[in-house]
Amino acid sequence: MTHHQVELTVNGSKVSMQVEPRQSLADALRSQLGLTGTHLGCEHGVCGACTIIVDGEPVRGCLMLGVQAEGAEVLTVEGVSPSEGLSPIQEALREHHGLQCGFCTPGMVMALHHLFTITPSPSEDEINEAISGQLCRCTGYQGIVSAAKAVAQKQRENRSHDTTVNGKENSCRSA
Amino acid sequence: MKPAPFEYHAPRTVEAALDLLESEGPDARVIAGGQSLVPMLALRLARPEALIDLNRIPELSGIRKEGSTIHIGAMTRQAHALASSLVFEQLPLLHYGLEHVGHPPTRARGTIGGSLSHADPAAETPAVMLAYQARMVLRSKQGERVIPAEEFTFGTFETALEEGEILTEIRVDARPEEGTSLVELSRRRGDFAMASAAARMSLAEDGTCASAHLIIGAVAPVPLRFDAVTDALKGRTITESLVREAVELMDLDQFEFDNVDISLAYRRKIGPVLAERALLQAFNRAEGLRK
Repeated sequence: MTHHQVELTVNGSKVSMQVEPRQSLADALRSQLGLTGTHLGCEHGVCGACTIIVDGEPVRGCLMLGVQAEGAEVLTVEGVSPSEGLSPIQEALREHHGLQCGFCTPGMVMALHHLFTITPSPSEDEINEAISGQLCRCTGYQGIVSAAKAVAQKQRENRSHDTTVNGKENSCRSA
Repeated sequence: MKPAPFEYHAPRTVEAALDLLESEGPDARVIAGGQSLVPMLALRLARPEALIDLNRIPELSGIRKEGSTIHIGAMTRQAHALASSLVFEQLPLLHYGLEHVGHPPTRARGTIGGSLSHADPAAETPAVMLAYQARMVLRSKQGERVIPAEEFTFGTFETALEEGEILTEIRVDARPEEGTSLVELSRRRGDFAMASAAARMSLAEDGTCASAHLIIGAVAPVPLRFDAVTDALKGRTITESLVREAVELMDLDQFEFDNVDISLAYRRKIGPVLAERALLQAFNRAEGLRK
């Protein structure tokens, strides 16, 4: 079996990895690059734990092959976490009991990260749609939705604050 | 890592893909968005010797209008088609159908042509293309052939695609003047449907039904067309009671699927209900367009 050398950008850094064609991208990120923040649950596209951002879109990391990521820009949970402390999404998940065992959390964080990138203050329907492909067996989702609503609320307040301070609309900040 | 080993090729043109399909033989498989094939690889329901990846072929992606025909490249992502204003305005049924397909992360990778070629009986895209009487463009080393949607899908995971052939494009007549609807019942949002109903309706000057189409999906190996129902609506003023009477003309003997968890009897119960909802919503949307 042929191995392939794949060049890609992960969390802003150019990296190179050698993969077997049958290795999923999530698998390659974990075993070749040591980025174990991305979790693999079912490994066949049902649970969403492995959700990452590829070229600006949320994708199932287990349904894309590592070899298909040549030239891609990949963002994982490591890339959206500050070097110290938590991101606003992570902080809100903790605050609102949006996780218990934490296995689905990296996927949830990435799905919500994408939502807040495209929709700074999403409605509850938009939040539900954004996490519709993410399974959580602990929380019953209420805590996760509350966390997302809190982030949305905070973003709205920040924006109206920025408007009064700067006298102009400060658009689309990333969460 | 769950799949069995395979070789991987990423051709840059359709020609190169067809060459590979020929040289690799019947043990090779084409991969589009991979949202069905990769799970099948993981579960080892599919064990190809080689994968021929169409994701690096730009000519297979994109939606464009030429005259009154919409051309949809087979590798167009479901998310792209769902967000396309051209699709929303000219082929609204495709838009409403795609809302039911999976979730944001699966639609970001999943393609229109991949879903059609996979031919899952519960998938929305084959029902939509049947409702639109779309034409499928198939290419092989021997050339190109164009076949109607109703001849393309002919069984559970079975299509007219022959060895060495790739679905490259779907052609659909633009239908901006119609009301459409796709409704379905599934256990959770984004899951495969237990039954689905797709409807198209256009109205005449006097507000009566000029033409209509009704397709029921997920109840048999292929989506089913129910012309008896829509024939009973043509030329008539649409009312709830008229639609209710018309859906009673559905030949429920055509329903086949009978599973432990979703019985045939249950599907026969929900099929007409969904048909009624879809037809009425299509009518309401058609009326909305007239105002």
